[in-house]
Amino acid sequence: MKLFEFLGYYNYWVFAILLMIGFYAVIAKANLIKKLIGLSIFQSAVFLMYISMDKVEGGTAPIIKPGVVDQLYSNPLPQVLILTAIVVGVSTLALGLAIVVRIKERYGTIEENEILDAD
Amino acid sequence: MTIVFAIFLLTMLVITAVAIVQSSNLFVSVMLTSIFSLLMSTNFFVLDAADVALTEAAVGAGITTVIFLSALALTATQEKPNRSGRGIALIVVGLTASLIIYATFDKPRLGDPDAPVHQHVAPYYLDNTMEQMGFPNVVTAVLSSYRGYDTLGEVFVVFAACIGVLFILDARTGTGPKYVTRKMTGLRHHLIPQVVGRILVPFIVLFGLYVQFHGEYGPGGGFQAGAIIATAFILYSLLEGEQAALRAVPRSAQLGLVICGALMFGMVGVLCMIMGGEFLDYSVLMENPVTARQIGIIVIEAGVGMAVCGAMLSIFHAFAARSAEDTDEAV
Repeated sequence: MKLFEFLGYYNYWVFAILLMIGFYAVIAKANLIKKLIGLSIFQSAVFLMYISMDKVEGGTAPIIKPGVVDQLYSNPLPQVLILTAIVVGVSTLALGLAIVVRIKERYGTIEENEILDAD
Repeated sequence: MTIVFAIFLLTMLVITAVAIVQSSNLFVSVMLTSIFSLLMSTNFFVLDAADVALTEAAVGAGITTVIFLSALALTATQEKPNRSGRGIALIVVGLTASLIIYATFDKPRLGDPDAPVHQHVAPYYLDNTMEQMGFPNVVTAVLSSYRGYDTLGEVFVVFAACIGVLFILDARTGTGPKYVTRKMTGLRHHLIPQVVGRILVPFIVLFGLYVQFHGEYGPGGGFQAGAIIATAFILYSLLEGEQAALRAVPRSAQLGLVICGALMFGMVGVLCMIMGGEFLDYSVLMENPVTARQIGIIVIEAGVGMAVCGAMLSIFHAFAARSAEDTDEAV
């Protein structure tokens, strides 16, 4: 029982580690595309945290079964928030990539330090 | 058993993320992000979020990868080594990670039914959806009715991002002589992808339409359907080339989809106000409030689907057209 209680936090630990892996890519890498990849890992980590919160033990996906009375359902609210956030995430990521493409055309490089040197 | 599977998936996620950041070949990184998304989507499914898993699989593993790849084609596929500031970054990241992990011990355990998140509005949604909406998928009900304002906002963010990409990449809607004379691109000469892809495209569109119109009864809805239908058209343009894809769905049609979709959503809200209700309160649209809500939801879900599909296609074609223009100039 003790072990299972401990494993109940595993999702949140993975969230913390993924968040920091993404953050590391954003701050330590000079390549702009790598930074954006890091940003999307960061974003996915936040999604994982929200979806971990929606789980109810013994519950199922929040699609009501008519006629079944004592069925537990997981929380639909975090799912709605993340569902829309994923689609918004890809649109904003594309915006970032478009800016990177223009930077490449203007400066001939996508390494941050070389861009700073060129300025 | 599920818990062992969940732990395996989560560990795989961490390993993939480390590999993505470690690899200095950007192509490898991007392909790994696709695998990362697929693992993430399986994880969402294990955590009872069927709708989210569907979205992540279509958007994360499909569209994001293609957009990343088309951006790589325009920039560089190799990352230059850069070691400066690595030590201090590792220290910052390590400290923050341990702080967050320390903080997680105050959180309710996974699956705890007494967690604060399950106490507030969620029971209301679960108890009343069947009665007020007349369909079983609570996620769709919350998305399109109870929290319709949020969704309207998100659709307009997608719309704005799409317009932003088109402006930044200077994609033109016209079909100039450049587009007519251009050589065939795509996987024309690869027989197996060609044959398999041709067979798959109509079925992907069909599945997308099913997800769109069955969203009230099973996992699905406008966001997922828009993304799935967009992947079908992106697959088509990868196989047949930009040119053929633009003939099938011209730029103006893609932009029209985005604009009509977003407007349709907004107009339903305004119509509700004209009929004497509040903004996005569908119950005033007809005599029977349940039927009225169902009709309102079907219309706005269609709007969401059109907007998302159009936005994804416009973004993809903006990147793809730019690479075609560049190669033209090089030749």
